[in-house]
Amino acid sequence: MKLTDHEKSMLDGAQGRAKARAMDLLVRYGEALGAEHLVETNNVAGAFNASTPSVRELARKGFDAVYSELNLDSSEVVEVPRMVANTCQLVTGIDNEQWRVQGIPEDLAEQQKRGEEFFGSRGINMFATCTPYQVGNVPVKGEHCAWMESSAVVYCNSVLGARTNTEGKESTGAAALTGRIPYWGYHIPDNRYGTHPVDIAVDVDDIMDWGLLGYYLGEIIDDEIPVLTGRWHQPDLVKLKHFGAAAASSGGVEMYHLPGVTPEARSAEEAFGGNRVKATVRYGEAERRIAYENLNCATDRGVDFVMLGCPHNSIDQVWLIASLLDGRKINASTQLWVHTPRALREVADRNGYTRMITAAGGFVMSDTCPAISRHMPKGTRVVATDSAKQAHYLPAITGVSAWFGSVRDCVEAAITGRWSGGLP
Amino acid sequence: MSADTLAPAAPVKIVLRGRKVVGGCAEGEAIVTRDTISGWGGINERDGTVIERRHELRGQSFKDKILVFPGAKGSSGWSAYFHMARLNGAAPRAMIFNKMTTKIALGAVVAHAPAMTELEQDPLTIIETGDWVKVDADNGVVEITKRQHGGSS
Repeated sequence: MKLTDHEKSMLDGAQGRAKARAMDLLVRYGEALGAEHLVETNNVAGAFNASTPSVRELARKGFDAVYSELNLDSSEVVEVPRMVANTCQLVTGIDNEQWRVQGIPEDLAEQQKRGEEFFGSRGINMFATCTPYQVGNVPVKGEHCAWMESSAVVYCNSVLGARTNTEGKESTGAAALTGRIPYWGYHIPDNRYGTHPVDIAVDVDDIMDWGLLGYYLGEIIDDEIPVLTGRWHQPDLVKLKHFGAAAASSGGVEMYHLPGVTPEARSAEEAFGGNRVKATVRYGEAERRIAYENLNCATDRGVDFVMLGCPHNSIDQVWLIASLLDGRKINASTQLWVHTPRALREVADRNGYTRMITAAGGFVMSDTCPAISRHMPKGTRVVATDSAKQAHYLPAITGVSAWFGSVRDCVEAAITGRWSGGLP
Repeated sequence: MSADTLAPAAPVKIVLRGRKVVGGCAEGEAIVTRDTISGWGGINERDGTVIERRHELRGQSFKDKILVFPGAKGSSGWSAYFHMARLNGAAPRAMIFNKMTTKIALGAVVAHAPAMTELEQDPLTIIETGDWVKVDADNGVVEITKRQHGGSS
């Protein structure tokens, strides 16, 4: 791989051991990809926290050791300097305030707080959400980023028109210290054009519709680039947040185009950019039902746990949930967790939404989600959620069975303790 | 069970050339799937078992095997989970895959396992689970010794 003089001096150790190890990882990674060079980035979203049990042993050696091994793939422990690029922390495994509700051991909660102090002092912004674009990190069109979190990556590329591959814990760790990432994949304009026309033959309008469409497309299209035409209605941030997360769970979609809406597709023609177009994917009633049935693996209608907020809820979603719960009580045998970024939780507290949800017996949580933390209320066997992503991962990770439906279906399940949702 | 009654013959060897992703040389028994693999939410990093619902390899482990698969999908935690699998001694001995992505490139790098792609023939049609496979990534060569079928009666 071709390196600039500045990059060579980092690799040679002239700028410290941490940058040398970071450049070494970027070179190994870039060569594995077949990248010709690196590109400058000043926007990194990664996972620097130390909140899982498997990190315990490393954390005893200190957070330099954690960063060296897990964020740089370096067995040599290097002293971690301040970040060079603007960098933020994505979702973590622990809610700093409500870890007891999650059932997290106290030593792990303490470990995460000590970790945050360390990483915070190096300039890593503790957004602690899978949706940095909801709380202040909104890259502009064309900006080169190094982001993790598949649901954020697809949003960044498609909705914002910024450029990122799906990076990992080690590549974001190296990018934050060097301001570099391999120039490959979605950084290259020619790789951003559409590959598959999608003909949508049913109305796609509410959040559940967008989730189902995303879940179906991911499985069919894998990691190529769909261009959506047909009967979709004007979406908003929340709908596209759910759509992308679903498509990046069943498959590996990192970019899509909605002609007339997303910034690199004023028209379908511009979206394809002269690409030889592959066979049209049809999405009709039958396909919608396949997605629904693949997501709903539960048979028992008794619901122990309702999870809302994957990707993390917007403040409008929190308000909708609070409104649906107002003056009602959650079933004694069911728990409800509502997840939103901590910065939005502040607004929810201020507006009284948190009080409305807790008065009904629910919890408003931040910093984490059940799939990431692997923690749910004790004894949970059946979960209901409005998130295709969570319904996809929770059964695999924790062995529960899942119901997927609208936010209204889920709130009703929390109140009655029974699933009565279905495909409208 | 095969009805093959031929006397044991010399094992069939196939040599394929390809591109190095991560250098090194390793050999072992192949575990082959036509399904893409998720890292986070797709594998148990403690024992290398595939855990995804509806996955062909669900319940099987790639620990110490030569993992042959189409590529990576799913969460950006892919590399972190293969990284932790290595720290736990549960990583595959080598990887052969078809589709290059950032997830798999980084995952292969941090798994410290020899890895190859762009083989001259589709490895998913040539290699079967149980074959003995040597991955010499430094020289860009994969050597496959086909598993002996049947004839054991």
